[in-house]
Amino acid sequence: MADELIFKPVAELAALLDAKKISAVELTQAVVARTQAVEPQVRAFNSFDQADALAQAAASDARRSAGQGRGPLDGIPVGIKDVISVAGQPLTASSKMLANFVSPYDATVTEKLRNAGAVVWGRLNLDEFAMGSSTENSAFGATRNPWDLTRVPGGSSGGSAAALAAGEAIATLGSDTGGSIRQPAALCGVVGLKPTYGLVSRYGLIAFASSLDQIGPFARTVEDAAIVLGAIAGHDERDSTSFKTEIPDYRTELKQRNGPWRIGIPKEYFGAGLDPEVAAAVEKAIAFYRAQGCEIKQVSLPHTEHGVSVYYIIATAECSSNLSRYDGIRYGHRAKQAKDVVDLYFQSRAEGFGPEVKRRIILGTYVLSSGYYDAYYLRAQKVRTLIRQDFLNAFREVDVLLTPTSPTPAFKAGEKADPLAMYLCDIYTIGVNLAGLPGVSVPCGFSSGGLPIGLQLIGQPFKEAELLAIAHAYEQAHNWKDRHPTL
Amino acid sequence: MSAPVDLNIDHVAKLARIALTPEERAQFARQLGDVLASIEQLKRVDVSGVEPTAHAFPVSNVWAEDVPQPSLSAEAALRNAPAQRDHMVVVPKVVE
Repeated sequence: MADELIFKPVAELAALLDAKKISAVELTQAVVARTQAVEPQVRAFNSFDQADALAQAAASDARRSAGQGRGPLDGIPVGIKDVISVAGQPLTASSKMLANFVSPYDATVTEKLRNAGAVVWGRLNLDEFAMGSSTENSAFGATRNPWDLTRVPGGSSGGSAAALAAGEAIATLGSDTGGSIRQPAALCGVVGLKPTYGLVSRYGLIAFASSLDQIGPFARTVEDAAIVLGAIAGHDERDSTSFKTEIPDYRTELKQRNGPWRIGIPKEYFGAGLDPEVAAAVEKAIAFYRAQGCEIKQVSLPHTEHGVSVYYIIATAECSSNLSRYDGIRYGHRAKQAKDVVDLYFQSRAEGFGPEVKRRIILGTYVLSSGYYDAYYLRAQKVRTLIRQDFLNAFREVDVLLTPTSPTPAFKAGEKADPLAMYLCDIYTIGVNLAGLPGVSVPCGFSSGGLPIGLQLIGQPFKEAELLAIAHAYEQAHNWKDRHPTL
Repeated sequence: MSAPVDLNIDHVAKLARIALTPEERAQFARQLGDVLASIEQLKRVDVSGVEPTAHAFPVSNVWAEDVPQPSLSAEAALRNAPAQRDHMVVVPKVVE
């Protein structure tokens, strides 16, 4: 029974909980037991607190018994990426800099999950400060892909994707700055949604690149992603970039929207570097939509080739500014040996940050520095405008864009030692962040080696309901979600 | 756009307030040189007359009512301070 529970979607578990066939404590115990069994192999968590989780589950059972259930997420264990504040629990960003930091308050999304009754469960590993595409850049050890433990789970939200795929949570939250939800979702065979910029509050999220960062769900099904999104979306006064917009009932809308849709295929996303097995799986998905009566239209996003360059200028510039707060003074790592206060900054940052974070801070500092600002940062912002216009032009002709999520299935741990090679992992996901659009990765097959492959659907701003409905239509006609890794 | 050889790693690391070891210095200079060489492709894009984008959906003048709200106690706010005394963060001496 326990093994069956951990791979069930939220929607099914909620029905079992409502019918009193299972309790939230039983479900949480099953998740805890599974986590303890597989963590030595997967290493998806930086920390978890089973006593706290079981207390939350008991409170959920008490609510349901009293007829005060809070909906489908009540009693469901939801894992949290370790860049999102959970009051009283560690918050490390997988960095030595924050090894001993304890969150003084809940992030807005954490608070919203609690209001929905979810069991807030564990802090999930990531590339340090969300900088990376493999979850190898963690100060506390790499996460492995549950489908093949010699391979990476993707990143930066690799812990969130791997934990879900391995049955160590029922849903999880991640953050996505250049593909950090969608790429690991693809590599681990789960659904990952990056919402429109501004739909979900960033209050309580450790900042990496503030004009690109967005929190979103990982889930077993599109319906589950819709349930979690409905719980965490909405305007928040504490995040001045959060948008005032009506939040629809995403779950209901899934079933009410039936297409046919106009689907755009950006030709630039199917060029050199795309693995043939990934290309074949995505082509099959296109054929599926065509057979459903959707209009399939080739479109062009001509500035795609510049996406990675623009991203690594803008994201590093913003990170060099955001991470200047880690100076060893008010919180975070403080060097023991320092001559004076300025030396304390230099030494604390040298000791606290890992190599990728240092590289990005230095690159970001350089592109913002006197004499280079116009040539790099300002030019990148202008090309960002062109990239955004490419998408908006395409959306005059189509409802959604369909692409691969990642050029390849999961690669071997240690394979991409060169930073530039790692940066190219995000080639299909970065444009969405630069343009502020919603994007979802949905499983669309397996390689001959048994590795998951993901399909990316890119939607129009704040049209998550339609985006999820289109993804749901594909998912319902396929059974990829029924396969789980053997551990 | 300037050539990648312009990256003076010591100067930039100083601006970023990060002490580098000689090994890091050599490695980062090489790796960032590669990244900057790749970024050079942006030179080819015609950006004349194009406005820069700082945010995908610019919102401006976001105001909040100026009313007191419950906030952290001094103890909670200092919970993560590396060194503290009398509700203050202790730092190395800055004035002789």
